Parts: sequence; C-alpha cells; structure tokens
Amino acid sequence: MKKTCWILGIAALAILIAVTAGRSTTSGTASAQENAMGETAIKIDNFTFSPATMTIHVGDTVRWTNHDDLPHNVVSEGKTFKSKTLDTDENFSYTFTKAGAYSYYCSIHPKMTGKIVVQ
Amino acid sequence: MANKGKEVRGQGLGRREVLECMVWAGTGVLWTVSGGIPHSVGLIGDAVAAEPTGFTFLQMSDSHIGFDKAANPDALGTLREAIAKVKAMPIKPSFIIHTGDITHLSKPAEFDNADKVFSETGVRIHYVPGEHDIIDEERGKAYLERYGKNSKGAGWYSFEQKGVHFIGLVNVMNLKAGGLGSLGNEQLEWMENDVKHLSKSTPVVVFAHIPLWSVYPEWGWGTDDSAQALGYLKKFGSVTVLNGHIHQTMQKVEGNVTFHTAASTAFPQPKPGEAPSPGPMKVPAEQLRSLLGVRDVNYVGGHQALAVIDSTLE
Repeated sequence: MKKTCWILGIAALAILIAVTAGRSTTSGTASAQENAMGETAIKIDNFTFSPATMTIHVGDTVRWTNHDDLPHNVVSEGKTFKSKTLDTDENFSYTFTKAGAYSYYCSIHPKMTGKIVVQ
Repeated sequence: MANKGKEVRGQGLGRREVLECMVWAGTGVLWTVSGGIPHSVGLIGDAVAAEPTGFTFLQMSDSHIGFDKAANPDALGTLREAIAKVKAMPIKPSFIIHTGDITHLSKPAEFDNADKVFSETGVRIHYVPGEHDIIDEERGKAYLERYGKNSKGAGWYSFEQKGVHFIGLVNVMNLKAGGLGSLGNEQLEWMENDVKHLSKSTPVVVFAHIPLWSVYPEWGWGTDDSAQALGYLKKFGSVTVLNGHIHQTMQKVEGNVTFHTAASTAFPQPKPGEAPSPGPMKVPAEQLRSLLGVRDVNYVGGHQALAVIDSTLE
C-alpha cells in the first residue's frame, strides 16, 4: 500500500513539473515553440504579443499572427524589420540572421511591446 | 433579454446603471458655442436652434469605414444612419469636425465610401486623422492627399469661425514604443505661434483624435506631450478640447479647459479597465445603436458657454 502511494506521489509530481514546464513556453521568457513549417509563433491577442519575450537561434523564423478584431503591426525599434498593417488573421514572418536582442512594438498601439533574443 | 448586458463588463455597476451611462454614447454631439464656452445641450433630436449671433457645429468620430467584424458588421450602414439624422436636423450645422478614424485600414475604397456618405450633408468637414487613417504603406500620404490641402506637417491647421479659434491637431504619428499619443516638437512649436497673437478672450476649441488628457494610459488613452500644448492655452478664458478614439463619451473640467470625447458611429469600446483590452465591444444587436452617435455644438454669441448635445443612433 505504501509503495503504491509513493508511486502515485511521484507520478503526480512528474505531471506537475510537466505542466509547469509547459506553461513557461507561453508566458515570460519562452523557449522557441516551432510550428510544422519550422517557424516560431507569436500570437497577437487582446493588444498583447504572446509570449512577450522569446529566445530563438540564428536562422530561426518568427511568425506573428493577429487574432484581434483591430489591425496591428510589428516594428522593431532599430527598424531591422517592419510588417505591413496586419488585419485580423493576417501574419508576418521574419528570419533572424544575426544574434542580438531585438525590441519591437506595434506602431499603431505603441503600448504593445515585445522582444526577440537571438542566440 | 436575460442575456442583455452580460457582455458589458460593468464591474461595480448594476446593469441598469451601465445602460443609463450608455445612453450618453451616441450618434454625435451637438455643440453650441455661446459667448466662448462650448456646451453640450443634449441629444441631436432635442437640438435647439442657435441664436442668430451664434452657430452650431457637429462633431463626428471614429467612423471606421471598412470595419466588418462581429461588433458591427456594417459600419458604413451605421454611418449612413448618423448622416440621415444630421440631414434631418432643423438647423444645419455650420460645419462638421471629424475627430479621426474615418476609415478602418486607410484603403482608398474606404476613404471613397466615407467621402460619399459625408458629402450628403452638404456642409464642410474639418478632419484630423486617427491612427487607422495613416496605416497605408506610405504612412499617411493617402490621408494628406485627400484632406491635407490647407494643413501643415502631418495635417494640423487652425481656422476662425465668428470669433472662435479652432485648432486641429495630429497626435497619431511617429508614436514611440511603450508611449501614448504624440504631438511632436514641430507641431507644438507651430501651435505656440498660432495662438500667440490671439486675445485672452478668444474662445478656443482644440480637436484631435487621441484624448489630450490622461483617460487611461494603460490602454494608450492619452497623449505624452499634451501638457505642453495645454500650457500654451493657459491665458485663455475658455478652452474646449474635443477628442475621439475611445468610442464613448466622457467629460472632464480642469480649470479653464473642458475635455470631451465623442462616441463612434461604428462600434463601442469598453470603459477603461473593464475588459482585458480596448478592442471592439460586442453588445446585443438591439443595444448597438444606443452606443453609437454624433455630437452637436451650439455657439451663442454674447454668452460664455458652448452647448453640447450628444445623440445616439436610436
């Protein structure tokens, strides 16, 4: 009986760790989550870039998709990249070829900011 | 009926109170300028004619022509309804001030459709751009070509009407990451010179898209350098500020300055902080028209107030 409890306890802990690890990819500093095309996805939802900070590798492509009912855009502060206006469900992709930290924002709603760290 | 108002996030407010507040967000606002201070005098349907020495003008805002999402699939239709109300007014306004977001995506067809409907009023329209009017590839070129003929910079200008000084400002260009609306040094310098020669008793009306007072900075509802602009207006006895952008009516008085925001003719937006974001607010179809509107202003010479009438599409 005691042994069963231990196994159950460890299993529960493992699930908890898995859930916690899963969460870290959608909030705060995230490791890259690639889609089928090898692109890393950032959602624009409720006037927020999600995840707000993302770490990727040189050569990776990031795709931003607007899920809001209002248009947004994606503009890097150093003008390294700049999307056209993205209406609902439209997206923009950019491939990062140099390491560095890239801060970006929506120039239509400048309260919306994000950052890509390229290693 | 049971679900009515459920999608309106009225924290701390009962449904009835929320609905009562909504009556204020309307078709447009009628203003009367009486002896200097603009006053809202009620809803458009109740508008009283200005005295012979005065005049009335209309404020319309946030038409968002091209918007077709759930919050209002037919923004052109609701603009048409608003214009029909304007055409039915017993006294024609001297002009219309449009406080921006004429279109949703700055597309030529959207500007064309808006122009066609607005031209039915037969009165002059003074525009300032909203952030949705300058998102063409060339960042505002389409707007300036249509509406910028007698303007400076990104589209700012001033004009006089029967002794009242009107200033149209642009606070949607060159916005900085993390910031709010912005006027910029060039425009501020122009404004300082523009008002320098005016006597203290001149009534001043300033209009711009994003509020020139801090409505809710968390949602970008304010202008970073508006304090500097308002500083140039301190000497005047009567200053009225008319804004759009937040798709709801709000008023505030601060010293010599009265601030007003107007309703949209396209879709309502939530009250500050009462939703996860300022995106379009979906309300039951039968409620929508009570949240859209225009504003009429009545100037009566010899009095010290402009009368403002907000009216809904209902």
